Amino acid sequence: MRTARATAHYVLLCLCSVVILFPVAYALLMSLMDGAAILSGRLWPENWTLVNYEAAFQQAPLGRYLWNSFFVAFMITLGRLIVSSLAAFAFVFLRFPGRDRWFYICIATMLVPWEATVIPNFLTIQALGWTNRYVGLIVPFWAMAFGIFLLRQQFKQIPHELYEEAQLSGIGNFRFFCRVVLPLSKTSLVTLAVYSFLDAWNMYLWPLLVTNDDRVRTVQIGLKQLQTQEIASSWGVVMAAAVIAMLPTLLLLFAGQKQLRKGLMQGAIQ
Amino acid sequence: MNERISPFSPPTPWSVRTKRTARQAAMKSWLEGMVYLVPSLLLFGVFLFYPLGRTMYLSVFHTDYQGQPTEFAGLAHFVALLQDASFWHSLKATILFAVLTVPTTVVISFGLALLVHERRKGMGIFRTIFASTMGMSVGVASVIWMFMYNPAIGIINRLLSAIGGSPVSWLLDPDTALYAVAAATIWMNIGLTFLLLLAGLQNIDPSLYESARITGMSYWRQLWTVTVPLLSPTLFFVTTVSLIQALQTFGQIDFLTKGGPVEATNVFVYAIYREAFVNYQFGSASAQAIVLFLIIALVTFLQFRFAERKVHYQ
Repeated sequence: MRTARATAHYVLLCLCSVVILFPVAYALLMSLMDGAAILSGRLWPENWTLVNYEAAFQQAPLGRYLWNSFFVAFMITLGRLIVSSLAAFAFVFLRFPGRDRWFYICIATMLVPWEATVIPNFLTIQALGWTNRYVGLIVPFWAMAFGIFLLRQQFKQIPHELYEEAQLSGIGNFRFFCRVVLPLSKTSLVTLAVYSFLDAWNMYLWPLLVTNDDRVRTVQIGLKQLQTQEIASSWGVVMAAAVIAMLPTLLLLFAGQKQLRKGLMQGAIQ
Repeated sequence: MNERISPFSPPTPWSVRTKRTARQAAMKSWLEGMVYLVPSLLLFGVFLFYPLGRTMYLSVFHTDYQGQPTEFAGLAHFVALLQDASFWHSLKATILFAVLTVPTTVVISFGLALLVHERRKGMGIFRTIFASTMGMSVGVASVIWMFMYNPAIGIINRLLSAIGGSPVSWLLDPDTALYAVAAATIWMNIGLTFLLLLAGLQNIDPSLYESARITGMSYWRQLWTVTVPLLSPTLFFVTTVSLIQALQTFGQIDFLTKGGPVEATNVFVYAIYREAFVNYQFGSASAQAIVLFLIIALVTFLQFRFAERKVHYQ
């Protein structure tokens, strides 16, 4: 009875895994076939080949797209960590007039979908001359209510006595922030970093609007370009590009999955 | 204290002096607090509050192709929207899309989370597999599904013809396009939803299951009487987040269908994008953006209220 249940459980788990993994496996298999094999409708390659990968890098500046995505996502993540942790620190440890009012204003930004602001933002970026530049892809995303909220929850767990002690021994606020608060909040910072990176890597509408130059285009837009240009016989190339484009985020997710699971709920529910 | 105290002037009363120091201290603490807040506030101001106000402003103006207001339009854009069949169509497509994706994603993810939330060997591997679609960006997921939907060589029609069905042009048929995009979206969103629900499950005190087991409760009764009620805040949170995400869908639409065929997948954000950046009707696009803002603000607000009540009751 118990083994029967266990077997059924594992069978169910494997079936679900097959369904979830199927699109990825399919893309991988297709990327390793030549055009004729893909058109013939095979599912398993007869002659394994890497021509699609070579073509993906030759026909499009895929390397450049990947670097752009990486740089933009990294800078957005870094900026978010700095900006959010500074604000969260003020909201938890500092006492000053108007603090709670500012906190509610920050929380209120959660009510505003980015899409409702995208038209004037586009005009702003144009007026600043930030189109086709990294800065236009990065800076608008530095402030983030969710990040402030998540870190505030974490900072609140730090015993206030530590802060009072630091005050008595004449340690300044900024030093306390750098030396005590940030090191004690590693888990939440990593959570926010992983989440931000995935989120920024996934960004689509904004880069579509503010870039039209391969030198700054991100990999999402690159895939779109490739998909529009390719004719049916080069699906293998598109699949190869997709496989390469999923590697960085998949690796990051595998590494940070546990942190994400633990950390995200902290900001979400508490 | 920069005032000079001369021996002849009467000494400043203590109360005044402490008030002044207090005010100075308050000023100093205010300044210091603001230093930490300024980056966030400045960025929110420039990239969120100003553009939101500007969107409202543009929504009552006619604009030129550069987005400059030319002539006051009053509520003309809103009136035109309400009379525009394609606005209602877009609203309907968005709601249908949300109805198709949100409950399905939550139910599937909940099932997957329950499956791996057991003490057996190898659960770590399955957890990683189920969370993996979170690492699929919109472009990657879209090109893969687009290929799977390919009427001639895609796997879905191949399987269909293998079991004797006739091929379907999934993304080109107005009757199937929205469902096809929804299926791809569900797959993409399972990863994050699964992770959040699993975290919620792991927060439930295991001793509660113990006592349920001692009373001899069956697995399904335990699910309904212990797990679901205790997980309800997480389930609610995950549902609203998915709903908001569904209302903001853009990327997959641009990749897979471009809002077509015959506007079947012209969801809200895609309609705004087209109106603003293809037709250069910034005024009317802004009016639509305001409608989107009101809908999402309402959903978010309700979620705050509900979550707050939850916390108070506990």
